[in-house]
Amino acid sequence: MSNNLPEPPLDAASYIHHHLEHWEWKTHLGTFNLDTLLVSWVIGITFLLIFRWVAKRATIETPGLLQNFVELLYEFVQKQVKETFHGRSRLIAPLALTIFVWVFLMNFVDLLPVDILPKTAGLLGASHFKAVPTTDPNLTLGMSLSVFFLILFYSISIKGVGGFLKELTCKPFGGYLFVVNLALKLIEELAKPLSLGLRLFGNLYAGELIFILIALLGYWQWFLGVPWAIFHILVITIQAFIFMMLTIVYLSLASEDH
Amino acid sequence: MDINATLVGQMITFALFVWFTMKFVWPVLEKILKDRQQKISEGLAAAERGHKELEIAQKYAIQHIHEARSKAVDAIEQAKKQAAFIIEQAKIEALKEREQIVSLGHEEIKQERRVAKEQLQNEVVNIAIASAEKLLGRVITEADHKAFLNAETKFRAPEE
Repeated sequence: MSNNLPEPPLDAASYIHHHLEHWEWKTHLGTFNLDTLLVSWVIGITFLLIFRWVAKRATIETPGLLQNFVELLYEFVQKQVKETFHGRSRLIAPLALTIFVWVFLMNFVDLLPVDILPKTAGLLGASHFKAVPTTDPNLTLGMSLSVFFLILFYSISIKGVGGFLKELTCKPFGGYLFVVNLALKLIEELAKPLSLGLRLFGNLYAGELIFILIALLGYWQWFLGVPWAIFHILVITIQAFIFMMLTIVYLSLASEDH
Repeated sequence: MDINATLVGQMITFALFVWFTMKFVWPVLEKILKDRQQKISEGLAAAERGHKELEIAQKYAIQHIHEARSKAVDAIEQAKKQAAFIIEQAKIEALKEREQIVSLGHEEIKQERRVAKEQLQNEVVNIAIASAEKLLGRVITEADHKAFLNAETKFRAPEE
């Protein structure tokens, strides 16, 4: 495909296809989706630096507007963690905060007009640009796999290797049917990261696809784009919240000793 | 959808971001909020304490005012009594003084009367002697006196 973006009404199929292709960088280590990486980094680093800046300048007596907002998020996340996760962990709450804000902001790119970032990137020399990082399964599965490893880590560190193996093999049917138990348990455990990652990916991918389709409608796009965008504000928030909540729930399940 | 090396990149990114939040964002916010919570609860406690102290102080003040008022009333009462007593005392004193002055006057009058009487007596005696001398035609001397007195004359000065 050429560097020049095709005009939407002229060739719908190639327009859609163009928007769904990644800006790739092939190395001997593998292929990297530069668009996903760059957008997620820029967003993540901006978010973290702003939060760090606010936290450093935070005052007890006279919180500013931004500090209030950050504190609001902090208390929201802390409340969720406190209600769900009953163990003691210094990791879970910061993890949940990072997930919620980062995922929300990455989802938010979805609400930018579909052509803004790709065209800008095109001017800078990118052949393709899939702007919304959470529509890349590499990102969503990367996060959910990280969560999966945390689940393993928590299970083993709290229940011990023996306890964890026992849980894998002796439930729900007792020790004699350990093959069945193991198979069920493996499916259950593997389904967690898979569903976690694919849920976010699916929702955002579909949302972005619909935005692309709406963008093809010429003047009609205004009548459809606005309601869909408004509806999408809800979707991206809920998806970020679900990802955070499920992470907390999975980790609290993993660290509960039966 | 194709999975490629981006997945690993994102896992590393994610880990770094979470580490950053855990290290540099969360604890700071946690501390700020905890400190504020403590400050607020301390402030509320202080306010409560202040309120109670104020109440106690008010009670004290009212009590003091009452005491002062009753003390003042007592003092006035006492002063009145004292004044009445002093007046009474003064009256008694004055009466005594008067009596004394009056009796002194009486005494003085008596004294003067006595003196006057003596003078009169002397004068009478002198006049008597003088008239006797005239009658006798000579000076009556001391010896005459004695002779006269020794002769047991009936001449006597009238008793008082």
